[in-house]
Amino acid sequence: MGMEQWLGLLTGIAFGFLLQKGRVLRFDKQVGALLLKDMTIFKFMLSAILVGMIGILFLADQGIISLSHKPMNVGAILIGGALFGAGWAVMGFCPGTSVGALGEGRWHALFAILGMIAGAALFAELYPFFQSTVYAWQDFGRIGLPETIGYSPWIIVAVLWGIVIAMFLFFEKKGL
Amino acid sequence: MQNRTRNGGWSPYLAGALLGLLAVLSVYATTQLLGKTNYLGASTTFVRAAGYLGQMFSAEHVAANEYFLKTRVVVDWQFMLITGIFIGALISSVSDRSFRFEAVPPTWQKRFGPSTGKRALGAFFGGIVAMVGARMADGCPSGHGLSGMMQLSVSAFVSLLMFFSVGVVVAAFVYKRRS
Repeated sequence: MGMEQWLGLLTGIAFGFLLQKGRVLRFDKQVGALLLKDMTIFKFMLSAILVGMIGILFLADQGIISLSHKPMNVGAILIGGALFGAGWAVMGFCPGTSVGALGEGRWHALFAILGMIAGAALFAELYPFFQSTVYAWQDFGRIGLPETIGYSPWIIVAVLWGIVIAMFLFFEKKGL
Repeated sequence: MQNRTRNGGWSPYLAGALLGLLAVLSVYATTQLLGKTNYLGASTTFVRAAGYLGQMFSAEHVAANEYFLKTRVVVDWQFMLITGIFIGALISSVSDRSFRFEAVPPTWQKRFGPSTGKRALGAFFGGIVAMVGARMADGCPSGHGLSGMMQLSVSAFVSLLMFFSVGVVVAAFVYKRRS
């Protein structure tokens, strides 16, 4: 294993540790969020985003790192996002949490992992077909919200912090 | 704010904020040490795993596939990241005694009964649909939800909205008891 593999492994161990400590790996937490009964995964994910966005946008601002937006391909994002949402609700894991759930003994995650590997193979087979259909409709490219709406990233960060903190207060008030 | 939850875990706000720090540290470390900026993500690894398994059956078929040409079949940073998630969750759950063997989770059992086979089918076919979607959208809740949102990518806002809105509708439909 080279430096790249070691760095990935150590980062992954810390990632898995925090996912497990936050108790967000479990099927019941994932589906509980989609049933709007238990907001644990939203609290976890949104907290990570609020903290992480400041560091990442600062490093990008300083020219230390470069941002890497995924393409805003309309058909791919809308249809792909909808398919993911539907599959996620039944599977009760996401790609990252499935392996973590297996790590904490929830071994039915193994079937989810096998399904996702089969899904990846199916996608690879269908890729040429998707290229001429779903991907061909409209692609806005790798765009960020600041340049798209013409506001400084820091204004957007401030607004998002306000919205998310309001959501947190609401979750706590409702005991979700 | 409580730092411990009733199930013995950490506050999701605390664990989440620490994950935010880890994401920044990881982006910085990969840029400095590897000379390329790697963002947290998960679903590409399933393509690589599929490529590996596919090579056992027909190496030529995998080699000729356009998507595997784009996403090379290698054990890279993200592949090890996913391996690490398994190890990290194992260490955490064994050390705080929350490790449990579970075949059928309570929410599923309430709706579909205790059958392991039914749960396995749900997980497997749900996994197929979800992964086709994640590869099409070029990301999952890690790649779009965490990394994309932290960069304020337009695609992250739209895909996250799709993940959750469709997920909420399908979950309501699937887990509501017929009466």
